[in-house]
This record gives sequence, C-alpha cells and structure tokens, in this order.
Amino acid sequence: MLRLDAVGQYYGDHPVLRDLSLTVPDGQLLCVVGPSGCGKSTLLRTVAGLLPAREGEVTVDGTPVTGVPDRLAVVFQDYGRSLYPWLTVRDNVALPLRRQGLGRAERRTEAERILERVGLDGAARRHPWQLSGGMQQRVAIARALVCRPSLLLMDEPFGSLDAQTREDLEDLLLEVHRTDGTTIVFVTHDIDESVYVGDRVVVLSPGPGSRVVLDLPVELPGRRDQIATRGLPEFVALRAEVGRAVRGG
Amino acid sequence: MSGVGEAGRGGAESETSATGRPTPSARPDPTPAPPPIRQSTRLRPRLPAGLPHALLRWVVLGLAVAAWELAARVHGSVYFPPPGRIARHMYDLWFSGPVRHVFLTEAAVADILPSLGRMAAGFALAAVAGIALGVAVGRSRRAYALCNPVLQFARAVPPPALVPVFVVVFDFGTPMQIASIVFSAVWPVLINTAEGARNTDPLRLDVAAVLRLGPVERLRFLVLPSALPRIFAGLRLSLSLSLILMVFSELLPGTANGIGFTLTDAQTRSDLLTVWAALVLLGALGHLLNTGLLAVEKRLVGRGRATA
Ligand SMILES: Nc1ncnc2c1ncn2[C@@H]1O[C@H](COP(=O)(O)OP(=O)(O)OP(=O)(O)O)[C@@H](O)[C@H]1O
Ligand SMILES: [Mg+2]
Repeated sequence: MLRLDAVGQYYGDHPVLRDLSLTVPDGQLLCVVGPSGCGKSTLLRTVAGLLPAREGEVTVDGTPVTGVPDRLAVVFQDYGRSLYPWLTVRDNVALPLRRQGLGRAERRTEAERILERVGLDGAARRHPWQLSGGMQQRVAIARALVCRPSLLLMDEPFGSLDAQTREDLEDLLLEVHRTDGTTIVFVTHDIDESVYVGDRVVVLSPGPGSRVVLDLPVELPGRRDQIATRGLPEFVALRAEVGRAVRGG
Repeated sequence: MSGVGEAGRGGAESETSATGRPTPSARPDPTPAPPPIRQSTRLRPRLPAGLPHALLRWVVLGLAVAAWELAARVHGSVYFPPPGRIARHMYDLWFSGPVRHVFLTEAAVADILPSLGRMAAGFALAAVAGIALGVAVGRSRRAYALCNPVLQFARAVPPPALVPVFVVVFDFGTPMQIASIVFSAVWPVLINTAEGARNTDPLRLDVAAVLRLGPVERLRFLVLPSALPRIFAGLRLSLSLSLILMVFSELLPGTANGIGFTLTDAQTRSDLLTVWAALVLLGALGHLLNTGLLAVEKRLVGRGRATA
C-alpha cells in the first residue's frame, strides 16, 4: 500500500505540491491527471525516493520512503533518454537483474522471457536507437517489469506515441495489471486514457501548490476493450466528469 | 569556465580546444612528409568524383611523393634528399634485418623499440591515471569546483617546459622521459573525462538510482559509456602529446638511445639523410598510432553514438 500524507514539495521556494494526501491500496491502477506543469512528474519522483518529500511523509507498505523503495519500478516520460543506448535491448532489460545475484545465462533468459511478453522477442540483440518509439517504450516497460515490481510508476509513458501504438500499449499494461496484480500509478494528461486504463482517477489542480481536486473510482462493466468500452455511456459520463475537473469546473 | 565546449558527442571540435593544438587525427592524412607536398593536397576536391575516396587519397599521396622526388632531384641539394633515397636509407638502417627479428635491424631494436616502449608506458599511465582521476573529479561537484582551476592551469603550461623539472628530479634516463610523457599527456584525458563524466544525463542517473545499480555498475554501464566520446577526444590529444614528448625528451643531452637520439646524433654528424629518415619514421609512427586509436574508438564508441 502506498500512502502520501500531507506531502509538500518545492523547487527552491516555488511550491509544486501542497498538502497532498493519497492512499493507493495494493493492486490498484491509479491514474493521475492534471495540466502540464502541475507537478505530476514531481509527485512520481517523490514516491520513487529520488526527491525527498520536503513536507509530510510517503510510506510504501508502512515503511517511510527515504531512498528508492524495494520492488519499485519506474517508466520515465522520456523513453529515448531513459534507455542506455550503448547496451543492446536485452542488456538494457537485464540490467536491473544484476543486483539480484543471478548468473549471466539466467539474466539473459529472464530478459528474453519478459521481452517476449511485451512483444519484442525479435529485437533482443538490437540497440534501442534502432527501434521505433513504440518499441523503445516496450523495452522500457520490459525493463521495469523484469524485477517483478510490486509498485510500478509510469510517467506519461504513451504521451508521444501514435494512436494505434498507444492503444496496443494500454492493452498491454492492462494485461500486465490483470495477471501480476501490480500496484500502478499511471500519470497522464490524456483524460480518455485515464478513464480507460484506471481503476481510479485522481485529478490535480494546476500549480503552483497542486492539490487533489477530484478522486473518482472508475467502475465500468466488463473487460476493457478499446472500441466497446469507449462507447459505453458510463465511460462518456466519467470522461466528462474528469474533463470538468481538469478544466477547473 | 570549462573551456571545453558542450561537445558531448566527442566531435572533432572538442579535440582542438582542449590544448589549443590541432591533432593529426582531425583528418587522417596519409602524408607523413614535410611541407613541399602540402600544396598538392589542394587538388583533392577537383579530381574526378567517380574514383573511390580511398583510392584518390593514395593517388594524391603518390603524386605528392613523385613531385617531391622530382623537385629534390632537379635541385640536387644535399639538404633535401629525394624520398626514394630516404626510403632506401630507412630500409638499410632499420628494416633490412633477419626474418626472425621481423626484419628489424639491430639499430632499429636499439633505437625504435626503446622509444616506442617509453611512449607506450607513458601513454598507458597517462590514460589510466587520467581516466580514473577524471571520473573522480567529474562525478563530484565539489571536487570539480576545487580542481578545475588547477587543471586549467596545468594544461595551460606548454608540456615541453615541464621536461627540465623532471631532469632535475629524475636525472637523465628512462624514468625522466616517462615522467615527462605522463605529466604532459595526462591533462587532456583527465580534463575531457571529467567533463564527460560531469555531463552524465541526469535522467539516466535517475534510472540508475531506480534500478539500484551499485557504484561500480553505475560507472561501468552509465558514466564511462556516456563519457566515452569525450574520453577518446582526450586520448587522441594525449597520444600526439606522448609522441611529441617522447621525441623531445630524447633530444636532450645525456640520452643514450631512441629516435630522438638518432635525430640529434645524425645532426651532429651532419648526416642529413638519417635526419630525414627519422622524421619520416616519426610521421609514419604518429599516423599509424593515430589510426590504431581511431579504430579502437570506432569499435567502442560507434554503438550508441546515434542517441548518446
Ligand atoms: N528541477 C527543477 N527545478 C526547478 N523547477 C522545476 C524542476 N522540475 C520541475 N520544476 C517545476 O515544477 C513544476 C512541476 O513540474 P513537473 O515536471 O512535475 O510537472 P508535470 O506535471 O510533470 O508536467 P508535464 O505534464 O509537462 O510533464 C513546473 O512548474 C516546473 O517548472
Ligand atoms: Mg512530467
């Protein structure tokens, strides 16, 4: 369980987050929506232990976050930079396994297994820059999943992809969530995406000093399906509600 | 105040700025020969475009040498022997030895090998020390701030000026020569490595933190690879400095062997042919070493350059 308790975050004197409290139960897929610059990335960096909370407290499973928590993985906003271009796709994905003390062969098989899962079995020996944007983001997801995280943070992971690739990756994410039961915090500025992907949507107010302005459970009948789900009247209503909150209505 | 620009891609721009001295590597030029032939290189862009570039270079080189040969013969000066005679002399002097010595003569074993050995030792020490210290300085903000003025000062000292210091400290001989090479060649690697290590992408450092890479792994998989283009820019400068200092330290009185010694020795005997032979040999060595380093760089840095 992830808990944020009255968290405040600043860059210098400039407030970014103010008095932000949020509890994410195990296995939930929480979407965080908010206008650009409201502090979504800052929020994730705080949870990941990359930026110590200036005010309040963040706990993961009851332990206060001081460094990077165990079994946490992050998919960064800028996949082009987050992958290491001098390593092959397989070595990028196998990198987090080093600290688990696995042998070279085991790391390779594990990396290849996870690459197959994200649909990249053919690309293991290529370098990231030889892949399309969508494939690079799949690599980043594979690298995040390879250690079987219990908490996965994703920062606008599909923001710069075309519609088709984006839908494929949304469905991949839902499949991972269904089978692994990972707790996921998914940041996006796309209202449709947040309602389609999330179990719950949280809307942040525009900065400075962003707070939660809407906390909405997403209850949609049946399994999510790109065409059918987006046509449901419940989906349309939820989307409208989130949209109004984002626009400050 | 870094003085070395944002050339994170380790391009040719950065290598001239680090000591303000252009390196031979900027444009691999297969003409290790003195001034007269320079003019003919102007012809290069005007030659027919159909010929492959590599072939063209050899043609230009051949023409230049032919022109030199012709000019030297027509003039007939003892100070400027024709290249054919120089080559013949080089062969007699150094490369006509027995097969089991890879054709090296005793003179070559006595003079070329010690020079190369000292240069290799000096360059290797400078490279290792420069990379190690450079990473240490570059990865610590405080160390960088403290050391930067010292480094800028150290690299501003013209390297040959250091040699007298080492003559006093070590007396004449190999330790003095190696120390001269090391203390001249270490600065470009050190400064470039520090700059490269300092400019490690902060997002990639975040990635390393999230993946919980240990300090050694972070160095091996992130800091060193991303600084590699800069490291090689430094190494190329250091290599040419090593060659310069190798010769320079051998020019001093009290030296017993080496290419530089051959040079001064021949000069005192007014043996101009040997002087020219040594010059051509040095040019060829410099070019070969540089080509070798470039090949290593291409293998190591080629990957990941596109986005690095
Ligand atoms: N390193 C930094 N130093 C100073 N200010 C920063 C820094 N990083 C972010 N900010 C500021 O903090 C605010 C929140 O930034 P953040 O990156 O968290 O926004 P975001 O919601 O992720 O935006 P986007 O949707 O565009 O990614 C912005 O106003 C930004 O200008
Ligand atoms: Mg962001």
